[in-house]
Amino acid sequence: MSDSYSEAAAAGPEHGGSVSHVVPMKVLIGVWAALLVLTILTVAAIKVDLGSLNLWIAMAIATLKASLVVLYFMHMRYDRPFNAIVFVTALLFVMLFVSIAMLDSKAYEPELVPGYAPGMPK
Amino acid sequence: MSAEHHDTHLAHHFDTPIQQLESGKLGMWIFLSTEILLFGGLFCAYAVYRSNHPEIFVYAHRFLDTRLGAINTVILIGSSFTMAWAVRCAQLGKQKALVVLLGVTILCACGFLGIKAVEYEHKWKDGLLWGKRYKAQTEHGAHAPAAKAKGLLPPAAKVNPEVKSLIPLPAEAPHGLAAPGHAARAEHAAMEAPKNVQTFFSIYFLMTGLHGIHVIAGMVVLSWMLLRAIRGEFGPAYYTPVDLAGLYWHVVDLIWIYLFPLLYLIH
Repeated sequence: MSDSYSEAAAAGPEHGGSVSHVVPMKVLIGVWAALLVLTILTVAAIKVDLGSLNLWIAMAIATLKASLVVLYFMHMRYDRPFNAIVFVTALLFVMLFVSIAMLDSKAYEPELVPGYAPGMPK
Repeated sequence: MSAEHHDTHLAHHFDTPIQQLESGKLGMWIFLSTEILLFGGLFCAYAVYRSNHPEIFVYAHRFLDTRLGAINTVILIGSSFTMAWAVRCAQLGKQKALVVLLGVTILCACGFLGIKAVEYEHKWKDGLLWGKRYKAQTEHGAHAPAAKAKGLLPPAAKVNPEVKSLIPLPAEAPHGLAAPGHAARAEHAAMEAPKNVQTFFSIYFLMTGLHGIHVIAGMVVLSWMLLRAIRGEFGPAYYTPVDLAGLYWHVVDLIWIYLFPLLYLIH
């Protein structure tokens, strides 16, 4: 009934049937275990006082976890690159949005009035 | 593909099932990108408020239960794993396993929401809410187990619930304009509980609330998939809906992966 379809499923990306790659069970379990380890790591890392570095470490671990989910659970590694382009573009725009907003709010004196709003002229 | 090979699931405007699956996937990725942009606005609000008022975040995050947050993270990661496994079973035509794994994924979602409900209830009881509804209890500090366990004082009368005006108190006016006595008192109060703690809870409820709505939406979609899987609609020839529902569910997990450290693990 759908021979070419099943063939494509069996063939995987290296044979041009890029659509329906079956992720091996070993990979799925490995990614799951890695995600659990990284969760424990992120909880443990926050207990060590590293100043402002703590936030960046937490974000780096979260990004590593997110990458694992996207690449393996969401099949992006085996998918057509165009889907990745769409998704990564959205991520880049969020980063652009947040960075420019942060630049703007850093352009003012935040502690002009202690604990109150920024942006009041001196 | 010739006419005699025509798949019953293949819509007439597609040439091959592969083309159909690819189109569906591309559409899903575009939708997921808009989801990322939707949450992006909230992440931006978080970043701006936290950079301007780090003390509010450091103070207020201690009212969240890190243990419950971590358990929810593990539950959601587990559900992502069972979801990815379910897609694999659909691809390989393992009918029974597909049904079981979809069921487990939905149960994980229920567990996540159950724990979230417990957390919300604590905050509701303690008046740890958004904006003007923030009325932290002073006398009933016993209601805040997370804070109490960490030896934290309940957010006492420093935040005056009676003050409805958005105009700041005299003590908050630029130096020189405030009455000297007020300034000293305000400074003393700021050491224990910073002003505008409600900002944190507004952001907390917005972010976790929007995420919770996505979890509920995911449960609806997954229940629909479960129903269709029980009817035996999916197999190697046709599993697109399971695959797309899976992609959505992973994004729900993805967002929580960032929410957990940002809200529960503040140093």
